[in-house]
Amino acid sequence: MNVCCYFQVHQPFRLNKNYTVFDVGKHDAYFDEKLNKEVMAKVAKKCYLPTNKLLLKLIKRHGIRFAFSITGVAIEQFPKEVLQSFQKLADTGNVEFLSETYHHSLAFLYDRQEFDHQVGLHKKTIKKHFRQTPKILRNTELIYNNEVASHAKRLGYKGVLAEGADHVLDWQSPNYVYQSPSGVPLLLKNYKLSDDVAFRFSDKSWKGHPLTVEKYGSWLSQAPGDVVNLFMDYETFGEHQWEDTGIFNFLESLPKELEQKDIRFISPSEALKQAPKATVDMPNFVSWADVERDLSAWTGNKLQDSALEKLYKMKQTLSGKALEDWRKLTTSDHFYYMCTKWFNDGDVHKYFNPYDSPYEGYIAFMNALQDLSQRQEEWITV
Amino acid sequence: MKILMLGWEFPPYKTGGLGTACYGLTKGMSKEGVDITFVVPFDPGKGEFVNLKGMTKTKVERIPSLLTPYQTSAGYDACMNDQGAQEVYGWNLFAEVERYSQLAAGFADDSFDIIHAHDWMTYKAGILAREITKKPLVVHIHATEYDRTGGHPNEEIAKRESEGMHAADLVIANSQRLKDEVIKHYGIDAAKIEVVHWGLDTDDKSIPQRAGWNQPTVLFLGRMTIQKGPEYFVHAAQKVLSHNPNVQFVMVGSGDKLPDVINLAADLGISDKILFTGALRGEDVNRAFSMADLFVMPSVSEPFGLVALEAMHNGTPAIISKQSGVSEVMRHCMQADFWDVDKMANLIATSLQHTAVLDELKHNGKKEIKRFDLATPAKKVINAYGKVLL
Repeated sequence: MNVCCYFQVHQPFRLNKNYTVFDVGKHDAYFDEKLNKEVMAKVAKKCYLPTNKLLLKLIKRHGIRFAFSITGVAIEQFPKEVLQSFQKLADTGNVEFLSETYHHSLAFLYDRQEFDHQVGLHKKTIKKHFRQTPKILRNTELIYNNEVASHAKRLGYKGVLAEGADHVLDWQSPNYVYQSPSGVPLLLKNYKLSDDVAFRFSDKSWKGHPLTVEKYGSWLSQAPGDVVNLFMDYETFGEHQWEDTGIFNFLESLPKELEQKDIRFISPSEALKQAPKATVDMPNFVSWADVERDLSAWTGNKLQDSALEKLYKMKQTLSGKALEDWRKLTTSDHFYYMCTKWFNDGDVHKYFNPYDSPYEGYIAFMNALQDLSQRQEEWITV
Repeated sequence: MKILMLGWEFPPYKTGGLGTACYGLTKGMSKEGVDITFVVPFDPGKGEFVNLKGMTKTKVERIPSLLTPYQTSAGYDACMNDQGAQEVYGWNLFAEVERYSQLAAGFADDSFDIIHAHDWMTYKAGILAREITKKPLVVHIHATEYDRTGGHPNEEIAKRESEGMHAADLVIANSQRLKDEVIKHYGIDAAKIEVVHWGLDTDDKSIPQRAGWNQPTVLFLGRMTIQKGPEYFVHAAQKVLSHNPNVQFVMVGSGDKLPDVINLAADLGISDKILFTGALRGEDVNRAFSMADLFVMPSVSEPFGLVALEAMHNGTPAIISKQSGVSEVMRHCMQADFWDVDKMANLIATSLQHTAVLDELKHNGKKEIKRFDLATPAKKVINAYGKVLL
C-alpha cells in the first residue's frame, strides 16, 4: 500500500465590492488589491511558509514524494519568499507539479479553446518557475467526466485526477488505478480518508477525534488496494485546521509512522506505473465540492447561469489588458460566491468569501463585467 | 397553562408591527394549546369587531382607552383634543397609562400561571398584576425608546422601560440586536433575556398577482418616522435616478416625518419620481408589494422588522438595513447599513439592470419564508416560560 498526496494551492483575485454601477464606464479597478494582499499574507504566514518548511524537512528525512497543483493566479500573487519556498521544494526532485487552468476556471464547461489556452499558459508558468513540465492533468475543483479524459489524451497527458465519488465507484474501492473509456489512466480521490484530515481533523463531535498518526496509519494500512489518493486543499495545514489543532505535529510524525507499516508516500506519476484495474465510465460531471459532488457549487442558479452566460459570450472581441481582466473573471471562485444552497454547505462557502451574500457577489461581478463589455465596444468603434 | 397577556391591537386595527406581533404570538400559542386572556386598550369610538379566527382558547378583554402603540406624549395630547378632552381618560399620556394599568391589573387572579406584558405602556400593569397573583412576570420588548427616537429618548418613557425589565422575571427580546441594546441602555442581566425572532401569519394573506408597471419600481413601506429612515431611501433614490431616470419610487406610510420627506424629495428635484401614497391597509399593502420589483427597508434602528417578511411572502425581493433584527435571520435578501446610501443605490440600480438577482431572490424567498411561521416563536416563548415556572 502507498499514499499519493496532492495539495491544491489557489487564491483568486477577489473583486472589489465597492466597484459599483456608478463606476462602470469610469475606471477598471475591478479587483480588491488590498484585500487580496491581506489574504495572501495571512495564508502565507499560517500555511504556505510553515508547511513548505515542514515538507522540505520530511523530504530530507524520509524521502517522501507528493504533488502540488498551483494555479497561475496564485503564483501571480505570491510574495517572493513564498515562491522561493515552493521552488526549494521543486529543487528536491521529489515534488510533482500538475497541470490545470492558469485561472482555476470553468472553461472546460464553456469554451474548450479557452481551456486549452489557459492550460497552456499554466504549463508555461510551471515550467518557468519550477523547471518541470506537468504530465498529469487535474481540472478545476476535480471537475471530471469521460470527456475531460479524452481531451487530456489529445493534449498529451499521461493521466488525470478525479473525485472518487460513491455514486460512480459504487462497490469499487478508489484505491486502485482506473482508466477512462478512452484509456486514460485515472487516480481517484479517497474522499473519506482525505476529508478525515481536511475537514474532520479538529471536529470534536467526530468519532475519530482526536486523530492520531497511529489511528490514521492503521486505517491506511487496513484499506484495500494499491494506493490511497489523499487530495486536499493545501490550506488544510494551518488555515482550515489551525496550528493549535496539532495538524503540523500530525503531518510531521505521519511519514515515520507509515514507514513502520511499510506505506510509502509516492507521486501521481509513480502511482500511475500500476496498470489500470478497471474502466470507470463517468458520462456525467463530478467534482470534489460539497455533498452533491457535482457542478452545483458554481452553476445552476440564476445568478451563476446569467453571469457565466454573459461572461463566455464576451471573449471574442477582447484583447490586451481587457482580455487579461476577463480571464481573471473566469476564476471559479466568483461563481462559488454566488452559490445559494447555503443550508448544508454554508460554512465552507463562507470561507474567504468577501461578500455578505451571494446576491452581492453577483452584483459586484456583473458591474465589473458590464464595464468590460463597454470597453469591448470601445475597441470595436475605434 | 393560562396566560394573562397585556398587549396591543388585534386585527383589523393595525398601526405597525407591535399589534401584528401580539396577534401572531397569541395565535401561535393558542394553537399550541395555551389559554390566553388578552387585555387590550381599546378606543370605543373605533367599533367592536375583532378577528379571532382560529383562536378558540383566547379571550379578549377590552379597556376603553386612548392609548395606541408607538404613542408619544404629544400624540396623546392631540388625540385628547380630537376627543374633546373626555374626563374619563388621563390628562396626559402617563396619567392614562396609570389609569389603564389599574384597570388591566383588575383582570389578574390566581388562575393565571404567567403575566406577559408587551412594551413599556403595559409594564406597570404587569408589575401590579404580579403583586396580586404572585406569578412570574414576563416582559416582552419589541422596541426600546432609543429605537423609536433615533437615540433621543423621552426620559420618563426610558425610565418606565427600565423599571419594567428590571422587575421582570424574564425578558423576551425580538432579536439579538435588541437584547444587546437592552443590556447596554438599561443594564438588564443577560441571563434573563431570551431572544425570540418573529414569524409571519400567512393564513389570511393571499399573494396577489404581480401587477408589474411598465417602469421598474422600488418600494418603501413603513411609518414615516426617524426610526424607519425614510430620508435615506430618498437619497438612494436620487442616486439611482442619476444612473437610470426610468425608475419609479413609491413611499407608503404616514408619520411625523412625512412633510420633511416630501420636502427633501422636492429639494433633490425628484418629486416627480416618488409617489407618496400615505398609509395603506390590508389588501392595499399587498398590492403595493405586488407592484414593486424591489422593497427597501432602510431603518435606522429596527428591533425586528416584520415588514421584511411580508415583502418576502409577497414575492418582493428586499434590501434590508443591517441595523435590523430580521437581518440576523433572513438569508435571501440583500443588506446594507442604513447610512450607506451609496451601497443601497448600487444594489437597487444593479439589480434592476441585471434582473437575474431578483429572480433568484424570489425563488429562494418562496422557500425561506416557510421557516418564519407562527409556531416557531410560539414554541420558543412557551419554552422560555419554563425557565420561570418552577
